Amino acid sequence: MINLEPLWLTAKLALITTIILFVVAIPLCYWLSYSKFRFKAFIEALISLPLVLPPSVLGFYLLIALSPENAFGKFLSDYFYLRLVFTFQGLILASVLYSLPFMVNPVLSGLKNLPAGLQEASFTLGKSRLKTLTKILLPNIRTSILTGIIMTFAHTIGEFGVVLMVGGSIPEETKVVSIAIYEEVESMNYQSANVYAGILFAFSFSVLLAVHLINNKSRKTTLY
Amino acid sequence: MIQFNAYKMLQTADGELPLDVSLTVEKGQFIAIYGNSGAGKTTILRILAGLTEAENVYIKVGNEVWDDSQKKYHLSVQKRSIGFVFQDFALFPNLTVRENLEFALPKNDVTEIVSELIDLMELQSLQNSKPHQLSGGQKQRVALARAIVRKPELLLLDEPLSALDDEMRFKLQDYILKIHQKYQLTTLMITHSIAEIFKLSDKVVVLDKGKIIKEGTPDTVFAAQKISSKFQLTGEIISIIKSDIVYIVQVSSGNSIIKVVATEDEIKDFKIGQKVLVASKAFNPIIQILS
Repeated sequence: MINLEPLWLTAKLALITTIILFVVAIPLCYWLSYSKFRFKAFIEALISLPLVLPPSVLGFYLLIALSPENAFGKFLSDYFYLRLVFTFQGLILASVLYSLPFMVNPVLSGLKNLPAGLQEASFTLGKSRLKTLTKILLPNIRTSILTGIIMTFAHTIGEFGVVLMVGGSIPEETKVVSIAIYEEVESMNYQSANVYAGILFAFSFSVLLAVHLINNKSRKTTLY
Repeated sequence: MIQFNAYKMLQTADGELPLDVSLTVEKGQFIAIYGNSGAGKTTILRILAGLTEAENVYIKVGNEVWDDSQKKYHLSVQKRSIGFVFQDFALFPNLTVRENLEFALPKNDVTEIVSELIDLMELQSLQNSKPHQLSGGQKQRVALARAIVRKPELLLLDEPLSALDDEMRFKLQDYILKIHQKYQLTTLMITHSIAEIFKLSDKVVVLDKGKIIKEGTPDTVFAAQKISSKFQLTGEIISIIKSDIVYIVQVSSGNSIIKVVATEDEIKDFKIGQKVLVASKAFNPIIQILS
């Protein structure tokens, strides 16, 4: 029988990452879609970088930056007693950065596709930015938000390179399913690898199926 | 009284165009803004609403200053007492008709006005529908009602009736007039229809290339077309066909097409798509009641 710990750890990591990204992405996307900041393109490129960057590169830089041997890592460990290399907290930080575009891009494109008149109409009715965002803008892009949540969750589940670099493979701390598969194969334990792989395969497919079902349905019933 | 002075450089398809307008409106007046597209009509309403900023602007409504660029003062959109009806209605798709109106209520205000407006605009049977289930005229009524919920001093209408057929237009003109009078609003409305201007407005402002070229009562402004006629229609040339030694010019006006004979000399100045006035004198009009 396989060890369930990596599965549980993976789910926990994906859930926490998704919640953090949801909270971060909404204000970030609102700012990106309405501000006239000069270096906006620079920020947008930075957010999308994890899409094209090899995960090992991102992981490598994080490893260097967070290591207590270096300034930033030392600062964290001296002042906040926080050690982010080879810990679960470190994995969360790495996942948040790595999955950022998967949450930001759908929400941002949802906001950008909304007619400008909706926000303006709400303003002319005396409503604040916050009220306009929560009562008008977000409810009208709920499909985009749902897509972002599902994609972020699924993408975090499938991480390998970043996790390996930043977290290593410490059981019950940083050993997630994708790494468990790799280790089982290395030790010629194909039976367990097969079970882990099968679970991930079935999960990933159901997630994508869900996204497409939601999108098809929403195209028929809602506007944006 | 409303005092409005604004200067803004507009970016248009034909390059830069300075919008330079000063306008005074009395309380309770119904003002029509008339002019070609791209003349800056919508921009005037948007500056008034605070949605668009201008390089140089001074707006005073009653005793309250809304904009004063010299003192760098700008009252936010939310704090201006306005109702704005957008060209594309801008109804909130996630809310029902009633919820769209209720959304506009100021905090802790009673919903009485919402029910009153739903009755007035005859939206009772639609109040639980979502905007995507409504026709153009119905959406327009909702947008109009929603703009009134806050009981604004100033109602701004950006070509509210342009997308509707004639019958709907006439009905909605009545609704607009009813609301303007009942809530004692000062109304500014952009329109392309001269008939609409005569029916609704006390004063018309004609805008061309960012400047006001004429203003006054509809009678005086459009009296320039003073041909000693008993009958006149405006329309658009849709075709010019040679027939023997004369030409037949077809003009579309409202729902009908009028054929007019013209000489070769006359048609030199005519172009397809041109707005023209068709007038007739030796004519005894007959009025018949339509059932």
